[in-house]
Formats: sequence, structure tokens, C-alpha cells
Amino acid sequence: MTNVPADLKYAKSHEWVRVSGDVATVGITDHAQHELTDVVFVELPEVGRQVKAGEACAVVESVKTASDIYSPVTGQIVEVNNAVVANPALVNTEPYTGGWFYKVKLSQPAEFNILLSPETYRAQIGQ
Amino acid sequence: MLKRTPLFNAHQKLGGKLVEFGGWEMPVQYSSIMDEHLCVRRAAGIFDISHMGEVLVAGPQSEAFLNHILTNDTRKLTVGQGQYTLMCNERGGVIDDLYAYRIAPDEYLLIINASRIEADVSWLHGQARTFPTAGDLTVNDVSGDFGAVAIQGPRVVEFIGQLFPGLSNGGVTSVAITDLKKNQIGAWTFAGQPVRVGRTGYTGEDGFEVISPVSTIGEIWNKALAIGHVACLQPCGLGARDTLRTEMCYPLYGHELDENTTPIEAGLGFFVALDKGDFVGRSVLLEQKAKGVTRKCVAFKMTDKSAPPRPQYPIWSAGTDAKKLGEVVSGTQSPSLGIGIGMGYVPPDFSKAGTPINIEIRGKRSAAMIVPKPIYKKPV
Repeated sequence: MTNVPADLKYAKSHEWVRVSGDVATVGITDHAQHELTDVVFVELPEVGRQVKAGEACAVVESVKTASDIYSPVTGQIVEVNNAVVANPALVNTEPYTGGWFYKVKLSQPAEFNILLSPETYRAQIGQ
Repeated sequence: MLKRTPLFNAHQKLGGKLVEFGGWEMPVQYSSIMDEHLCVRRAAGIFDISHMGEVLVAGPQSEAFLNHILTNDTRKLTVGQGQYTLMCNERGGVIDDLYAYRIAPDEYLLIINASRIEADVSWLHGQARTFPTAGDLTVNDVSGDFGAVAIQGPRVVEFIGQLFPGLSNGGVTSVAITDLKKNQIGAWTFAGQPVRVGRTGYTGEDGFEVISPVSTIGEIWNKALAIGHVACLQPCGLGARDTLRTEMCYPLYGHELDENTTPIEAGLGFFVALDKGDFVGRSVLLEQKAKGVTRKCVAFKMTDKSAPPRPQYPIWSAGTDAKKLGEVVSGTQSPSLGIGIGMGYVPPDFSKAGTPINIEIRGKRSAAMIVPKPIYKKPV
């Protein structure tokens, strides 16, 4: 069983979203890091970039493969987590805390409501 | 429909993550590639290699026949001895790379790639038909009759003798399994069945490959895991198998090798006995050896922090006026070294160790350097 915190929202493509005011923090779920195993490289978007919901904007690489990470929301990248670039293993060890990817200033806050609840995401990953 | 090995249920029970490989449903990893890789380098790992093919070639002319269709000198094999060798087409292109073991005076066991079984067997039959003195030569694809496991790592010698006790009764006879020398093969009886064990592998570590009738491979797998526990033996998937072989620069068919690539271009000239007399592909290989090749398979290491190199990424020359040199054929993060490594084809002018190159990763070029093979050397 992987961890699916109750206070977050989720995207089908295995990202989590934490909203504070009009800024959303995005990372990948415990389930996703478990499937990827051994993250060895993380590539994050530039601060200032406009991203659309569903757009590929980061890459996470395990030993075996490169996987795109999609933005669950629309807005502007306002901050990225340089610690996870320096130490990609944080994605595996602290997917919901130290392993966050980037923060987006939401331009369409209503999108937040169509993200998955913890219950729905749990069902999607068969838990 | 993907093919499954006799160990499929064992992989499911162990929680192996199953993926498609060459038409087979195989475990890519159980715990993680990094973990399994380091386990083989430091202790011991067991791999299901039942997908690989086995062909028996027998008859008084088997030595002459194999010497005619394989690049290495088959005549050097005494009973119980094996060698790495290649099978080429008339253009010198590689049909497959394989292990050939002489298991009796007039009988050879060929261990071939899973993805090449059909191509190899059809080529072997075609060559046998036209071989002038074939006589009663037989070529039998027995891939479906056998399962196989590779048990690899520096601590395997601690328990392999418990798995196969006593002295060998075939191949190299009357030796204890730990006295097998590299590339030798012996036979042991396991649960009443004849099992062949060769001291070889695809990891760069000491180890053994066990070829058993399908009916007993499950019991060998389970018993190995049970007794190998003392030496931290872990089940390992194809992911670690690939990173281990990449660090050693061992070729993988479909990556470093294909029908349009010669062993000389691939840097495998050591396994081509040009002086042994005529064989299929020899004239092309001889000419390449004499006049040189237009591209060479090289090993490289990333020198900047970058994403791992992957197959098909473009390779560029360094400096101004950079030109495209070729493509990556194998690439990964090296679990032993903690950096990106790979192999690729470049013109000979750029193939010398120390030559700076760039690897294009998602549109951005990252610095790398040609290095000697193997990329990983065991600390002494």
C-alpha cells in the first residue's frame, strides 16, 4: 500500500497538488515513485514559464526510463525545487515533502475542482 | 500473445514487475534496478534467462560446419569448453552473437538470443543444407525443452556447490562445480534430471549459467534462493542485467549488433579468427580489418551532470562546427559509478579514448568523453 495523503488533490497521471491561496505545489505521488524506482535525474521547467493543464513540463528519469511529468493545472511557474534537482532521490524518499517539483500561480483556479480526490485516486491505483 | 518462461509464476509470487522483452513477458525488476545491480556487484543475484534459445548441433561434421558459420575458431574447443562467438551473413553482418559449447566430441550446444531464435534456426538449417560435407549433421532447436538461470556475483561460490554437489558427469567431467574454469561447462544430476552448468555470464562478475529441463528449473530457482540466502542472493530482473552488461560493454543484439553491423565495427575482432580458413562473412571482415571501418562502437561516460543517455540520442563532436557523429545504442545511469554511461557508433577519427563528445538529450547537448572498454573495472 502506498501513501495517498487525504489533504491533497491528484491527477490521473500521478501528480499531486497542494493549493495554498492561488499557488499550487506539484509533485509526483508515492505510487508513482514506487513504480519508477531509483529516480536518478529530475528536469524542471523554467521559472516564469506558462503551463497548461495536461502539458508535459518536467522529466523524471529512473535507471531504466525517462518519464514526462504533466502539469495538473494551468498557470505560471513561480518556483522550482532545486533541492530535488541536486538530490533526485528525494522523489523516492519524500515524495510529498522534500521531493516536490514546482509551484504554479493558478490562472484558472476552477480547475482545482476537477482534480481527483484522494479516494478517487486510491481507486485508480487499485487501493 | 507474449511468451512466458517456466519461471513466470515464480516471478509473480516474488512481486517482479513484468515487461515485454523480445516477445517474452519477463521481470524487469523485483526490488529496484539499482539495488539488484549493486547486489550482483557485491554479493549474488539470480536471473531467469529461460527465454534464451538452445540449439544442439551434432554429427561427425559438426566441428567443420560450425567453424564455417561462426567467426571464432571452433576447433579450439575441447569437450567441456565454450567460447563467445558470432554468426555472420555473407556481408559480415551479425545474425547473432552466442555461446558455443562443445558438450561431446561430436556435439555442440549453442546458447542464442531469445529475439533471434527464429532467424538463427532458419539460417542454421539453410547453411546445413548447403554445407558440402554435411553428412548426417543434425541441427535441433531445443529452446522449448530447457529453462535457464544465471547465478552471478562474487559470493556465488559460497553456495553453488550445495546446489550442485559432487563431481560433474558430463562436459568437463569429474570436477567440483567451483573448480570449473571460465567458459567451461559441466553436467550434474539435479532431482534426477541432467543439468548443464557453464561458468560464464553477462555481468562481469564470477558466475554460472544453469541449463535444465523445463521440469526442474523451478526447483533449481527455489532451492538457489533458499540456500543462497546466506550470501545475500537476490532475484534480479532484466533491468539490472542490462545495466551490468552496459558497464562491461558487452553487446546486446538489437543495440550494438544487427545484420548490417559487423563484429569488426562492433569492436569484437578478438572473437573473429580471420586466420582459421574460410567462413561465412570472412572476406568482408578481412577487408575491414585491413582497410579499416567507417564507424566504430565506442564507450563513453557523461562528464557533466546530465540526464542519463538513452538509445537513439544523437552523438555530436565537441567544440565549434560540431557535426553529428552517430547515435547512442545503449545508455543508462551506471549504478556502480553514479554517472551516465553508454555505447554508440562514431567515425574512427573520434573513437580514441579521451576524445570529448556531446550527447544530445531532449534537444540539449551534454558533455561526455570516449573511455576505454569496459567502462566499469572491478576495484582490486
